[in-house]
Amino acid sequence: MRRRNRVALVGVAAALALALAACGSGGIKDTTTASGKKCGDLNIAVNPWTGYESDAYVVGDIATTKLGCNVSYQNVKEEVGWQGMSSGTIDTILENWGHPDLVKKYVDQQKTVVDAGQTGNQGIIGWYVPPWMAAKYPDITDWKNLNKYASMFKTSESGGKGQLLDGDPSYVTNDEALVKNLHLNYQVVVGGSEAALIQSFRSAEKNKTPLLAYFYEPDWFFSEMKLVKVNLPKYTDGCDADAAKVACDYPPYNLNKLISKKFADSGSPAVDLIKNFHWTNDDQNLVSTYIAQDKMKPADAAQKWIDANPDKVAAWLK
Amino acid sequence: MTVQVLARPVNKEAEPPTERAKNRHTMPLLGAVIVVWVVGWLIFRNHDTLVLSFQQQTDFHKWINDLRDNIQASAQHNWFFHGVIGKITTFFNWLVEQIQHLFSLPAFPRPVPQVGWLGVLVLLGWVGYAVAGARSAILVLVTVFLFGILGAWQDSVDTLIITLIAVAICVIIGLPLGIAMARNKLVSTLVTPVLDTMQTMPAFAYLAPLALIFGIGASSAVVCTLIYALPPLVRITEHGIRSVPATTLEAAGSLGVTKRQLLRQVQIPMAKRTIVVGINQCTMAALSMATIAAFVSSPGLGQDVEQALQNLDVGGSAVYGFAIVIIAIMLDRTTTAASERSEKQSAARVASVGGPGVMLVTVVLEHLPRWASEETKGRRPLPSKAFRRGILGIGLVVVAISIWLSRQYLSLASFPKSLDFGTDISNKVSDFSDWFVNLAEPVTNAFKNVVTYGLLNPLQSLLGESPFWLIAPVILALALILGGWRALAVSVVCEAIIFGTGLWHDTMVTLTMTLVATVLVMLVAVVLGVSMGRSRRADTIIRPVLDTFQTIPPFVYLVPALALFGPTRFTAIVAAIAYGVPIATKLVADGIRGVAPTTVEAARASGITRWQMIRKVQLPMAREALLLSTNQGILYVLSMVVIGGLVGGGSLGYIVVSGFSQDQLFGKGLAAGIAITALGVMLDRIARYTAARHGRA
Repeated sequence: MRRRNRVALVGVAAALALALAACGSGGIKDTTTASGKKCGDLNIAVNPWTGYESDAYVVGDIATTKLGCNVSYQNVKEEVGWQGMSSGTIDTILENWGHPDLVKKYVDQQKTVVDAGQTGNQGIIGWYVPPWMAAKYPDITDWKNLNKYASMFKTSESGGKGQLLDGDPSYVTNDEALVKNLHLNYQVVVGGSEAALIQSFRSAEKNKTPLLAYFYEPDWFFSEMKLVKVNLPKYTDGCDADAAKVACDYPPYNLNKLISKKFADSGSPAVDLIKNFHWTNDDQNLVSTYIAQDKMKPADAAQKWIDANPDKVAAWLK
Repeated sequence: MTVQVLARPVNKEAEPPTERAKNRHTMPLLGAVIVVWVVGWLIFRNHDTLVLSFQQQTDFHKWINDLRDNIQASAQHNWFFHGVIGKITTFFNWLVEQIQHLFSLPAFPRPVPQVGWLGVLVLLGWVGYAVAGARSAILVLVTVFLFGILGAWQDSVDTLIITLIAVAICVIIGLPLGIAMARNKLVSTLVTPVLDTMQTMPAFAYLAPLALIFGIGASSAVVCTLIYALPPLVRITEHGIRSVPATTLEAAGSLGVTKRQLLRQVQIPMAKRTIVVGINQCTMAALSMATIAAFVSSPGLGQDVEQALQNLDVGGSAVYGFAIVIIAIMLDRTTTAASERSEKQSAARVASVGGPGVMLVTVVLEHLPRWASEETKGRRPLPSKAFRRGILGIGLVVVAISIWLSRQYLSLASFPKSLDFGTDISNKVSDFSDWFVNLAEPVTNAFKNVVTYGLLNPLQSLLGESPFWLIAPVILALALILGGWRALAVSVVCEAIIFGTGLWHDTMVTLTMTLVATVLVMLVAVVLGVSMGRSRRADTIIRPVLDTFQTIPPFVYLVPALALFGPTRFTAIVAAIAYGVPIATKLVADGIRGVAPTTVEAARASGITRWQMIRKVQLPMAREALLLSTNQGILYVLSMVVIGGLVGGGSLGYIVVSGFSQDQLFGKGLAAGIAITALGVMLDRIARYTAARHGRA
């Protein structure tokens, strides 16, 4: 039967390929490692915003070139990354925004995730308006005046109310609850991504159209446009304890790093690198600008920053 | 859970009279129901709409969350999750990783994979020749080389790996299952509803539970691809075995063959052609799912498209979308050519897969491009066996040398950067799209506003602001009038399920978007379909475009739609139209062409105008095809509207996406998945029973 022959032939081919694979690798040299310790695999979660990409690729690049790790980047949402650390498919999250519920679940109860210290970045989440609006309506930065301006923010999506544009569905947000509990005549509409938010701000500033949107720092976009934050009722400790009853601003975040317990115990030199990794908002924004504005590939952007900042890198490696 | 589902109040008094609706009464009855609805809406607006705000959860949602926590907690030691599922997960992850190291990922500590790009290229070309012949081999070589040119080498190869592993498993499970179903009524009755559900359930709905069980990564990707790609193979296999003529079986039976011999020597060989068509359909479905699997961190091109969506990178999405399209063309043509080769008599042609025959067997049979099954003109005789053997043998030596070379030289191992034009192309496309979006903004905005304010918002307020106790019986009444008792029965169950998920209002919003998009899809489909059905030339121009649109995986559409219309419900609708139009158009065209030529001739002889011909003769005669095309249109649109949750589509799709990425919303997301499935089944059944009752004039 011809079919059987064909199957046999494919089999022979595969066997041959494998046989060839077994013999020497010729002119291609193995990656050499600088340090004595073996690093092995390092799976870094990459969450969907540019600032995070900067963290991930700078650490990943150093781990590859200086420690000889076999780095792979996993594009996942925040909570999926936590889940991945718990199940062992992900080794580290390099920029964590709070998530007290997950800390309780994975760090305190399951003990599958370990805190690896702060990144040095200060995180702010809030509602922002484009600069032209803040100039024209100076009192808009007080949340008490938002209802006065609600009709300006109407869109086809907001059902007759003012529109509050949100980001990626996975981002940390209390916005729906805030609108409800502060009795604001607004409707949360989801933009879907950081790029969608930035695009909306750009077109709002260019066309002088009103926009109220969720945004955050550190973010490279502030170097292009000085967004103005709307002040919500002041954050006090514990005022955001019940997600459905929140009526205060977002807390200031000291962003931190996380590693899985399994990875922490593995003795990989990358564990120390991640623990030592510490930089400023400006550092991160610089790399992010390379990526988002200069359209460099994340790995190239990271390399550029690493080459320009040997001292900082050396401090993380000691 | 069951208690909650059954606790739905039934409003018997609001249901229409129970006698079976006669065709000629349909229109007045429909009108009456709609009048009652609108009046009720005017009086009771915004009462009992069952709105559940985003952060609110029902007990059912919390119960799923608890269940999830228990599963996660027990996953470490439970025999089932740790022992069985854990082993499966580890196995798939290991398998994919091994193959990746062989072909696509650096095989640490080597800086490159075991087999470099040249080796992969020549090897795949050789496989193409072995299974499908010289022309396919050339197609494979060109396509695979383009992976590198597009700067998407690794991800393209990864996509191929995931797709082919899933197809291999599909064949291992699907063929025996299909054969068993063809031979045993009981198996068929038991399995068919499961296949129905697998096909109606939008892929998005089962990603989260799968990721929970199989973890994120290759393993989940393989499993979800499997779920999506298996049904077409099973169904077509069953269909193929069943279609072996009874006379043939009797003849064989009279020769005294055993059942086993009958299967192996008569049924399978005779159904072989159809089975290969099934494998073709399965492969195409697997490819389209392998992209969506990016949401569970599947390696491959899906990741790139998702990144492009996140960064509003139209150029990137175009490049990676194109890579997916050429993979689809390659797989489709190669499997089709393989099936033609497997046919001894070269005169026979593939029974058109899109034909209503197979179509009616399935709920959503992926109706995929059929370039290759278009008349193969002037088929050349196949080369002799000895000649082929010779070529294959020489080819093998070439493969071996290429692999060896690709292991020796870096430029043959990793695709040279100087040949990588991906970034250039992507930047050009992005520039063009920026320019175009800027230029078209006033027009697109006006269009968006017309549809949103004129159609979407009014309908949404009618559906979303009506009290549930009004809208539920209205839907049931419509189901009864259109589809009869069976449609009513299914709708009752589905409504009860939707009610039980606690997401009634969101389901109504999703339903609105689905209906609006379906109306627009049918408008386009009828216009295009009629012109295709009436003119060969129109057909040859439009069909390839439709084929291309069908090969593009659903969420690639979102990127340009998002660039043009911003994050709105309308964006989701536009993407849904792009996704639903090709299948609907083809079915309409088939229907128009199927109108008996004698009827058309007779009408023409009576001297009617072209417009009268379309309106009075061709469209009414093609009613069955129109209904079928609406049915398919609805299901395609629904699956896309759900994915539209990613770009501001809101409602159920957004809840599914959020449930996927936010811990405390897991239960709600899963409930939304259930609601979507129930909505899909309900719409599908109403449409199918309507087609069955009103299809034949």
